[in-house]
Amino acid sequence: MSRPATHQPRLTGRRLIIGLPWLWLGLFFALPFLFVLKLSLSESVLAQPPYLDLLREFTDGVLVLAINLGNYQLLLDDSLYLKALLSSLQIATISTLLTLLLGYPMAYAIARAPRHWRLPLMMLIILPFWTSFLIRVYAWIGILKNNGLINQLLTGLGVIDSPLEMLHTPVAVYIGIVYSYLPFMVLPLYATLIRLDLTLLEAAADLGCRPWKQFLRITLPLSLPGVLAGAMLVFIPVMGEFVIPDLLGGPDTLMLGKLMWTEFFSNKDWPLASALAAVLLVVLIIPFMLLRHYEQRNLESSP
Amino acid sequence: MTQTPSKPALDTAHTAYQTPSVRFEDISKSFGSTAAINNISLDIHQGEFFSLLGPSGCGKTTLLRMLAGFEAPDRGRILIDGEDMTRVPPYERPINMMFQSYALFPHMSVADNIAFGLKQAPMTRSLRNARVSEMMELVQISPLARRKPHQLSGGQRQRVALARALARHPRILLLDEPLGALDKKLREKTQFELVNIQERLGTTFIVVTHDQEEAMTMSSRIALMREGRIEQLDAPRRLYEFPASRYAASFIGSINLFEAQVLQQTGNELTLACDATGTELHAHCSEKMLPGMTLTLAVRPEKVRLLQPNEQSPNQLRGRIKDIAYLGGVSIYHAELPSGKRVQFTQSNVQALAEQPLNWEQDVVLGWQPDSCTVLTE
Repeated sequence: MSRPATHQPRLTGRRLIIGLPWLWLGLFFALPFLFVLKLSLSESVLAQPPYLDLLREFTDGVLVLAINLGNYQLLLDDSLYLKALLSSLQIATISTLLTLLLGYPMAYAIARAPRHWRLPLMMLIILPFWTSFLIRVYAWIGILKNNGLINQLLTGLGVIDSPLEMLHTPVAVYIGIVYSYLPFMVLPLYATLIRLDLTLLEAAADLGCRPWKQFLRITLPLSLPGVLAGAMLVFIPVMGEFVIPDLLGGPDTLMLGKLMWTEFFSNKDWPLASALAAVLLVVLIIPFMLLRHYEQRNLESSP
Repeated sequence: MTQTPSKPALDTAHTAYQTPSVRFEDISKSFGSTAAINNISLDIHQGEFFSLLGPSGCGKTTLLRMLAGFEAPDRGRILIDGEDMTRVPPYERPINMMFQSYALFPHMSVADNIAFGLKQAPMTRSLRNARVSEMMELVQISPLARRKPHQLSGGQRQRVALARALARHPRILLLDEPLGALDKKLREKTQFELVNIQERLGTTFIVVTHDQEEAMTMSSRIALMREGRIEQLDAPRRLYEFPASRYAASFIGSINLFEAQVLQQTGNELTLACDATGTELHAHCSEKMLPGMTLTLAVRPEKVRLLQPNEQSPNQLRGRIKDIAYLGGVSIYHAELPSGKRVQFTQSNVQALAEQPLNWEQDVVLGWQPDSCTVLTE
């Protein structure tokens, strides 16, 4: 079969459009990651820049490369890093579940609200984005600190005598994360719930299914793609979250993002920080691959 | 209407003593300021194949949805087997519905879709599986049990929807435009299958349709609806042969309508004067009509005969052929009268190789018997 000649320019156009994201990924993801990978295999020194180049010398046609696996060795040997990874996983998992528990009813309520209410309600979810993320997290300090809004209110009302210790605790970290990432959960959930064919619920009711069971058998399974997308959008960035644990958490709040910051800026150990970053990326790619797999299966078994 | 497997209308004198399967009592319903249902009362009996027929927006779907429990009437009561169900939620009604869009659950296999209703009541797994197999056999989709809805053709989906709605052995099955999404050939085949299934199970079928042919073919009775009211409630044959109004006459099949004034009535023989034909017309009418009244005379195209040169008819018109539509089995002709009024009539094409009996611009004489036409006052 020969293609009509007129299709030729469109084909190049299509290649260009498909090529653009790849170019973007290559320039701003793959290339920087290669730098990080290279850095993670080098040796830390007290110098400027604070590492030794992999390429040591090139004499008489002999290339001498020094690949230092010591950074990765250290990550395995020092239990601090494993603890930080587990703690990050724990915080990210719990935060994801909390945003899901809070976000699902919100998305559901908005999707079922009268048409003219949906846009204003969605705006309320999105509006905080118009303020800087950093300022919003700082605002939480003002709310949570010992002489902050909550404690002032509670002591003023006579509920408590001494202020509650909230800032610099794990609770504050969870509050900050759930507050900041909730829209990332609500938006994909809303998108799937609004598409749900309500006739399906009528059909279920007609077949004798009570409302709460309709939710469990029809609404919930059909909104799983939204749940998964929302969970990924929350889980992945929270794993590397640095600002929230740094500002709202205490010294014992252990997270990979925070640790990376410390290694990079305080300890000036760029290679170790890079090794951490590489490990984090691999850890995060696993759930992403699972999502891709699930979506692929969904594509094959849905119209 | 060449093929009609429709069942004879139930003997109303006999069923009048039974509790009706469904009773609508003075039902009214409006959406905002528009009245969807306007004071409808209606009895539907056990085992009937009942059709709600009408154009879109006539309220037929609203009536069906109220029976299923998805809408509540503003006024009136709905009784199912004598029990007031007006405020009973859909999941507690002894009714199942086949949706126009089929509403199959996309995340479940065919078998799971059919089993869904059965799972809502306590039932052993083996009994449930047996019922699912039975239903799949009934609608001939057994090989598709493991498929998902999107892997099925439109006709197959329709069968799954039917099996799912029948699985709980409802006393009443509601069907919302059951054949609307099928192509013509499949629709004709499925019409007969639906009637057969209904006869085998004895379930009361209530069908909503806008397709008069579909309603005529399948139903024991038809409620023709118009603007939230029932225009005429009758067996298909009576609805066709004796329409009660101009609306009913022209909604079902084609018909020729003549405005005419009553000249005189002797017994049930009515003589009328018609401006459009320029002749006197004769009809049979048992109702008492007064001279001078304006009526409408309705004649079906197949009742209009082409008169031979030496033939006479009480209703006799001269016209000229202006349009011919060859449909295979029959041909439809449009003859123009001197007044400009057009009269439609049909001729069976009995012989394959016969010369076309009529041609464009040919002068013809048409006629019909007084008992072949209907007198309409509305």
